[in-house]
Amino acid sequence: MNTRAQIRRLEDGRRVHMQDGPIDLIVEAFGEPGEVDRAYRAAAGRFVSVLDELCGELTFLRQATRPESATPDGSVARRMMEAVRPHAARHFITPMAAVAGAVAEEILDAMISTSQLARAYVNDGGDIALHLTPGENFVVGMMEYPEPDSKHPQHSEHPMPGTTTITLDYPVRGVATSGWRGRSFSLGVADAVTVLAETAPMADAAATIIGNAVDLPGHPAIVRARACDLAPDSDLGDRMVTQAVAPLLLDEIQRALDAGIHEAECLRSLGLIRAAALTLQGEMRIVDGATSLFFKPNGVEAFSNSRSLVHA
Amino acid sequence: MSDDAIRCDACPVLCYIKPGRTGSCDRYGNSDGQLVRLDPHVVLDRALSRGDSVVPFLQKARDWDGSLVSGEDTFITAIGAGTTYPDYKPAPFIISSQVEGVNMVTVVTEGIFSYCGVKLKIDTDRHLGAECSTVLAQGEPVGHVTTNEYGSQMVSLGGVRHLTGGSRHEGTVTCETLLDLSNGKAVELEIENGAKVVVQAGKAPVVDGVQEERMRVGCGSATIGMFAKQWFGKVDEVVVVDDHITGVLSEHQAGKLLGVPETGIRMKGRRSTPGRYFRVAEPGTSWGGTNIADPLSILDPFDPASARPGLRLLMVSTTGEHSAYYELDEALRPIEKKLPEALQQSVARIRENCEPALCTVLFMGGAGGSLRAGVTENPVKLTHSVGRALTRVTCGGAPVYIWPGGGITFMVDVTRMPENAFGYVPTPALVAPIEFTLKLSDYAALGGYMDSVKPLASFRQNEESRKRVAARPENPWPIKPEKTEQ
Repeated sequence: MNTRAQIRRLEDGRRVHMQDGPIDLIVEAFGEPGEVDRAYRAAAGRFVSVLDELCGELTFLRQATRPESATPDGSVARRMMEAVRPHAARHFITPMAAVAGAVAEEILDAMISTSQLARAYVNDGGDIALHLTPGENFVVGMMEYPEPDSKHPQHSEHPMPGTTTITLDYPVRGVATSGWRGRSFSLGVADAVTVLAETAPMADAAATIIGNAVDLPGHPAIVRARACDLAPDSDLGDRMVTQAVAPLLLDEIQRALDAGIHEAECLRSLGLIRAAALTLQGEMRIVDGATSLFFKPNGVEAFSNSRSLVHA
Repeated sequence: MSDDAIRCDACPVLCYIKPGRTGSCDRYGNSDGQLVRLDPHVVLDRALSRGDSVVPFLQKARDWDGSLVSGEDTFITAIGAGTTYPDYKPAPFIISSQVEGVNMVTVVTEGIFSYCGVKLKIDTDRHLGAECSTVLAQGEPVGHVTTNEYGSQMVSLGGVRHLTGGSRHEGTVTCETLLDLSNGKAVELEIENGAKVVVQAGKAPVVDGVQEERMRVGCGSATIGMFAKQWFGKVDEVVVVDDHITGVLSEHQAGKLLGVPETGIRMKGRRSTPGRYFRVAEPGTSWGGTNIADPLSILDPFDPASARPGLRLLMVSTTGEHSAYYELDEALRPIEKKLPEALQQSVARIRENCEPALCTVLFMGGAGGSLRAGVTENPVKLTHSVGRALTRVTCGGAPVYIWPGGGITFMVDVTRMPENAFGYVPTPALVAPIEFTLKLSDYAALGGYMDSVKPLASFRQNEESRKRVAARPENPWPIKPEKTEQ
């Protein structure tokens, strides 16, 4: 029996907070009260064993994935592998790149497979799995930095540089953000890469890959350190991870974003993402093909919308 | 694996954590080789869902019967106990025990204090800033300068306006400042149009990079009174330089009583009463809390009618840190000379009468409605019971001062509390432990949650989740019954 996990309703009485070790979820379901309660019970029931399952094959999940890598045992781990495998031929990636999205999707699945819900989401530290039914949608707000950071007070005044509305017919059920300031290490310099994809683990893996691609190799303004020197058991081993980025020149910012855009376009053409927004030192670039319904700038009216979902 | 990393066993991820870094959860970190919990508000979260979270508690430093929770010598503090806020339900721990044959009950909870702050007493005569000046931390306003007390500058930090009334960043920085000071950490404060000062509970303040050593022995006038006899006959005139009241021996009542003759000295500043001068210079961080570098700058030329060549003059600050000795030449100009042996002793005496300069940090908070509701169904009865001293309030086992009047507004010296007793919630607000101890019969009378009262012995379970700390000998034992009202 897991006695570490903490599960409680937040003060608003609607959302549920679940935490176990490094996993931190905000869960909210919409529907008939009885259905919502049942969904939360199902989510909690599934949640309590997730961390132990993952840790059971953690060594394998921290190893670089190859196209021919074996399939792991656990259902969350399988979601992770499935999401990172398509990247493995072209990039270094481990299943851990999709862990947050995979946990979010697993918990969401537990809810919607037991309850009739109009909408639901599971937010795992900014990596979000969504559930929609006809007539429902989500407004997702995007942060410039993936982690609230007291060094960037403008954060509070301009909380969301953009929002997007996810509707039932738009095939996006996963949103993820990666950036060097975030909780996970990044090989790149993007402040934030937000990705919309068909599933949360797909979005999570792609955000990592695109975030790594936004880079200026060898640039002196970027402070890097070996991941293993910071966290001895990091899945990134001796790869150099970004620790600080000094102010860059505009053309350098463009060059770094171009590299990320190139990768994002590539993933879009492969069907691995639907859209992405990349930010670096105040500059934002968007990849969303012809859909153009993505990321309307500063949708202030969306803030008062009770259906808005602050993300990151 | 590198040898300076430690392994965290808080969850099955089993992170290896390097010094100064956190594990993958950001909740546990390696602080100088110790695994520490970094996210106090999670303690709160934990207690909301389960009653058995980490509970440090005090153990009187004497015979220990081998079990973690022993008899009447154990007091469960509220540190890490969590809270049931904002629910109107019983506090996380309501514990009964028998002390000296009296059935006592202690209600243990962590309070979330949006209305709270820190009262700082900074022992210094240096001018830190004008009264009412804003006090900044990390560039954000977190409080203000209040009154000057004897040898100390009082500063008020925090309060609900800074915590939640300003910008989000102001609130966050205020919370962090209060938390650090309350947990005994050093904090750098900047006073608008004033000094930068590093303060830490129980440590000397550092003003503009200079560590304060001693408090002044008294104001300039008081210093004259205290040392006049010792100076008499060894020197003709003494000026004790002080930003508040500069004293002059020959004009001062103490000098007059001893029969010290006039010296023709003429002081700048505004004369208050004989031998006492206000504002001889501007406030500063030099001689006696003034801005002067040369003490002669506060003197006008000597009056030739009563001054004479060879007249001996000692100038000294109220802490004895600064001193200079002069003799008047033929033109009645003071010429600096080596301080004679006998006067060196008196300057040393001033210094040795100055107590070490310290910063004192009192946490002040108000226990509001819902916190009291965790103790009793009728919250005002708790207030009345505290007011009549039937209920003893402690903060992490430390005694508190309760303000008379309505509510339960208390102050506690943070150095008397166990380490890292405070936490925060992102509101932002501080989380402070608070315990209410009273007779079981009184608890029943004020509408306490009698069904939730658990005997102390039941806390023998879950011992591994509790931390035992020694009670501080200077604190009264919190659970001793008060004098009963009979």
